[in-house]
Amino acid sequence: MPALPLDDAGPYVAAAYLVFFALILVYVSIMATKLGRIEREIGELSELVEERQSEHAPEEERV
Amino acid sequence: MTFGRGLRALSIASAMLIIGAFALVFFYAPNDADQGFIQKIFYVHVPMAIVALCGFVAGGIYAIRHLRSGDRADDLRSYVAIHISLVLAVGVLITGSIWARAAWGHWWVWDEPTLVSFLIVFLLYACYQPLRFSIEDPERQARYASVFAIVAGAFVPLNFMAVRMAESLAHPRVLSTTGGAMPGDMRLTFFVALVGMACLFVTLWKYELASKSASIQLRSLKRRLAGDHALAPLSRSAAPQEL
Repeated sequence: MPALPLDDAGPYVAAAYLVFFALILVYVSIMATKLGRIEREIGELSELVEERQSEHAPEEERV
Repeated sequence: MTFGRGLRALSIASAMLIIGAFALVFFYAPNDADQGFIQKIFYVHVPMAIVALCGFVAGGIYAIRHLRSGDRADDLRSYVAIHISLVLAVGVLITGSIWARAAWGHWWVWDEPTLVSFLIVFLLYACYQPLRFSIEDPERQARYASVFAIVAGAFVPLNFMAVRMAESLAHPRVLSTTGGAMPGDMRLTFFVALVGMACLFVTLWKYELASKSASIQLRSLKRRLAGDHALAPLSRSAAPQEL
């Protein structure tokens, strides 16, 4: 087949590069969601540690 | 275990290389004499294909290490390498179809060995996640997945060589001793794009490893602090859940 003129080839080239960027964007978005979940879990863990500390504090005061 | 070491520098290098490569594609590399402007797809399609195939092989190499040492971190490395390679392989199939439509007038050519062989490799690795998901016991899951990754990883170069020996009907040969004689400016652009894509792969690989490792360690910490009763039992997952 003869080479496509620039006007006809442009949308195909743009589509191919957009596919690449879209894939990376979707992947990074999924990673960001997972990061949000990790952040939430760290928050829960901090609360748990604080609860433990407040439970142990009165005992230490009595001693 | 820290998987995130050097991620910042790697991320900056990847971004710069990808931006630099695409700048070279559109402002430096000349239009192909035969295909014209449409050949610009080559600089994203081929590096993605090469990096995806190398990623599959890397998954097999980490699987060998996992079977030899029993280190679960190697199973995680293998899993993540295959996962990212699959994402890139989807990109290869879509960009390849767009290029085929523009250059040959068809979205897909079934009698072209390069295209069909890549589809076979993709479909083979598409079975990897369901295989992992189907096995509940984490130890067996990691072992069976490693065996699969090694066999499939060995299939990739064999498949590549078989395609090289087959007679190509339409798909061009890029890296060969006789064909693929690109002019210097095209060759430079291609190699920058290839290095950029490889750098991006390693960056995403390390990001996902760091994320998965952090989740696993957090869960283990929570279990130690609150006890097993405080956590929901581990649901079945394709991804490794222990280190």
